[in-house]
Amino acid sequence: SSWWSHVEMGPPDPILGVTEAYKRDTNSKKMNLGVGAYRDDNGKPYVLNCVRKAEAMIASKKMDKEYLPIGGLADFTRASAELALGENSEAFKSGRYVTVQGISGTGCLRIGANFLHRFFKASRDVYLPKPSWGNHTPIFRDAGMQLQAYRYYDPKTCSLDFSGAVDDISKIPEKSIILLHACAHNPTGVDPRQEQWKELAAVVKKRNLLVYFDMAYQGFASGDINRDAWAVRYFIEQGLNIVLAQSFAKNMGLYGERVGAFTVICSDADEAKRVESQLKILIRPMYSNPPVNGARIASMILNTPDLRKEWLTEVKGMADRIISMRTQLVSNLKKEGSSHNWQHITDQIGMFCFTGLKPEQVERLIKEFSVYMTKDGRISVAGVTSGNVGYLAHAIHQVTK
Amino acid sequence: AYRTDEGQPWVLPVVKKVEQMIANDNSLNHEYLPILGLPEFRANASRIALGDDSPAIKENRVGSVQSLGGTGALRIGAEFLRRWYNGNNNTATPVYVSAPSWENHNSVFMDAGFKDIRTYHYWDAAKRGLDLQGLLNDLEHAPEFSIFILHACAHNPTGTDPTPEQWKQIAAVMKRRSLFPFFDSAYQGFASGSLDKDAWAVRYFVSEGFELFCAQSFSKNFGLYNERVGNLTVVGKDADNVQRALSQMEKIVRTTWSNPPSQGARIVATTLSSPQLFDEWKGNVKTMADRVLLMRSELRSRLEALGTPGTWNHITEQIGMFSFTGLNPKQVEYMVKEKHIYLMASGRINMCGLTTKNLDYVAKSIHEAVTKIQ
Repeated sequence: SSWWSHVEMGPPDPILGVTEAYKRDTNSKKMNLGVGAYRDDNGKPYVLNCVRKAEAMIASKKMDKEYLPIGGLADFTRASAELALGENSEAFKSGRYVTVQGISGTGCLRIGANFLHRFFKASRDVYLPKPSWGNHTPIFRDAGMQLQAYRYYDPKTCSLDFSGAVDDISKIPEKSIILLHACAHNPTGVDPRQEQWKELAAVVKKRNLLVYFDMAYQGFASGDINRDAWAVRYFIEQGLNIVLAQSFAKNMGLYGERVGAFTVICSDADEAKRVESQLKILIRPMYSNPPVNGARIASMILNTPDLRKEWLTEVKGMADRIISMRTQLVSNLKKEGSSHNWQHITDQIGMFCFTGLKPEQVERLIKEFSVYMTKDGRISVAGVTSGNVGYLAHAIHQVTK
Repeated sequence: AYRTDEGQPWVLPVVKKVEQMIANDNSLNHEYLPILGLPEFRANASRIALGDDSPAIKENRVGSVQSLGGTGALRIGAEFLRRWYNGNNNTATPVYVSAPSWENHNSVFMDAGFKDIRTYHYWDAAKRGLDLQGLLNDLEHAPEFSIFILHACAHNPTGTDPTPEQWKQIAAVMKRRSLFPFFDSAYQGFASGSLDKDAWAVRYFVSEGFELFCAQSFSKNFGLYNERVGNLTVVGKDADNVQRALSQMEKIVRTTWSNPPSQGARIVATTLSSPQLFDEWKGNVKTMADRVLLMRSELRSRLEALGTPGTWNHITEQIGMFSFTGLNPKQVEYMVKEKHIYLMASGRINMCGLTTKNLDYVAKSIHEAVTKIQ
C-alpha cells in the first residue's frame, strides 16, 4: 500500500480553476473573466513595450547567471521601495526601511506572514477585510496565524461599508495585525476615498494596530502611481511603521516572472538591518534566493528614465482601457433594458468588479453563456473588450431581469 | 558555482542559444504558469532523473512539482511530508540528515515544522571516506518511518558517495525498516559527466519499489543558478495516490509562491525536449564535469609529487564540486591568512576554484599547511 492512501484529493483552486474550466469550453463566444491578468482590446495578453525594450537591453549586456543575494537584486529592491514610498519620503531617505525581493505578491505576503509569526509576539490575529483575496486566508494560516475579519463591503450598495469598517476596526484588540488593500481592492474594486483613509488611519493608530498593506495594483488602479500609493504613504507619514507587499505582476505585466518586493518600515536604519537579517533567515530555507529575470526587467524599467516614462504611459493605458470597459458595460446594460442600478460598476476601481451577481446567477452565466467568473460574482474587467462587452451585458441582463 | 579555467562564471553555450530562441519567439509572453509549473518542464525534468525507460514513468506513477531551485523542491516536499506523512501533521517524525550535510537541510525541515531532526553517520574523518557501518547502524536503529535525506550523487560537502554495492545495502535496510527516502539531486551530470551514472542510486531505489521524493536542482548542471529552476519528483505506488498527493502539493505551493517563475523552466524544457539541444547540453555538462575531474587528478598528482604527508587518493575518489581535503581548522586558517586561499573551516574546497594557473600554488600551499601546522 501507499504512504499516501489517506491523502484526500485537494479541492481545485477556485480562482485558477475558473481558467481551467474556460479552456475546456468549446463555445466560440466564451469569455474568461476569472483570473486577474490584463488583456488588450483583442482579448490577448499584453507584453508592455517597455518590458520588451528592457529585455533587449538586458540581453545585450550578456549578464551571468550567478545567484542573487538572498534579499534579491539591490537595484530592484531600492527602486521598488522608492516607487511605493515616494522619492521624498522621509522613511525612504533616512533608510529606516528594509525591502527584500519576493516571489511576486504571494511570496511577499508569505515572507511577511512568517516574519510576523516569528517576531510579532503581541498577537496571532490578522484582520482581513470582508471579503478579501481568497489566497490571503490560507497564506496567513499556513504561516501559523489566525484569521479575523472586519466589515468592508456592503452587498446592499455594492460599495464600502465605511461605518461598519470603522466600527469593527475600533473594536480590534490592540496590537493585532490589520491587512489593508492599498488600492483596487480585490475582489470588490471598492476603495476608500482619501478622507475615509484618513479616518481609518486615525482609528488604526488609536488601536495601536500593526498595518500590513497589500499593494498589487499600483498605477494599475487610477493610472497614476502616486495616487494609488497615497494611502500607504499617508499611513507612514502618520507615524505608522507598516509592512508592505508589492507585486509587479499586473502593473508591469510580469506575471510569470514572479516579481515582488516586501518592505518593513522600521524605527531606524539599525533596526532595518536587524530585520533584514531575520528576513534572510526565513527566505533561505524556502527557496534560497529569488529569480533574477523579472527583477532585472523591473529594475531596468524603474531605473532608466526613458523606460520609466514609457512604463507610466503604458500603465495608464491599461488603467484607462479598464475604466472605459466599465463605462461601456454600464451603458450596454442600460441599452439591454436592465432596470437595475449598475453604478457600482463604474464606481469601483481596478481590475475587478463585484457585480453583485448571486451564485445561482453566476452558474447560469457559466453554463448558458460560457461567461466564466468566480462564484462570488467577481469579474475581471481586464477580460472585457469592446468586441465582447455587448455579449456580456446581454448575458448579465438575461440572468438578472 | 562552477568556474571556467579563467576563473569566470560560465553561461552554457546551449543556454545562450535557447535564450536567444526564446527572445526571438514573439508568441511567448509573461503569463502565469500553472501552479505546479510548466508541463513540458515537469515531465522532462522527472524523465531526466528517472530515465527514459523508467517503469515508474511508464506506469504513470510519477508526479512533478516545478520549484524554486533545489531548495524550493526540498521545502515543498518537506511541507507535504509534515502534513501528510506518517499520520496527519506528525511533526514528531524523525528526519535524518547526514553528518555533515549542506547546512540548509536542517533549516528547511525545521521551518517546515519538523521537531526532531537528527544526524546519521556519514563522513569518517579518520579514514577520509564513507562511514558505511555507522550509516547502516543508524538505519537499523532509526524509528520506523523516519525520513532520510540522501544525496543522490556528489555529496555536499564531502564529495564522498556510496558505491552501487553500498547503495544496495542502504536500500535493503531502508526497505526492511520502512524508512522514507528523500533524495537531494543537485549535481546530476555534473558529478561524473554522465546523467545516467549520477542518477543510478535514485533509479535503483525506484526499481526496488520505494515510494520516494527527489528534489532536483538545475542550478549547477544548467548553470541557471539565479533563475531558480528545480523540480520535485514524486514516485508513488500508483497514479491515483500520486494524483492526490500532487493536489495537496498544489495547495502548499499556492500559499508559498502561487506559481513558479517561467524563464528558467522554459530554457530547460526547450533544451530537454529537442534531441539536438539535449545532446548539446550533455556536451556542455561533460565539459564542466571533465574540468573538475581534471583539477582533481592534477591536484592529487602534485601533492603526491611533492611528497605531502598523508594520503591524497581521496581527492580523486571524491566526486563533484566539493572535496573534503582533510585539512584541520588550524591548517585552514594558515591557508586563508598566509596563502589567501579561501576554504571552509571544515577543510572543504570548491574544486571549481582551481585552474591550470593556480594548481601549483594551491598544491604548494597545502603542502606547507600540512607540514608546518599540526
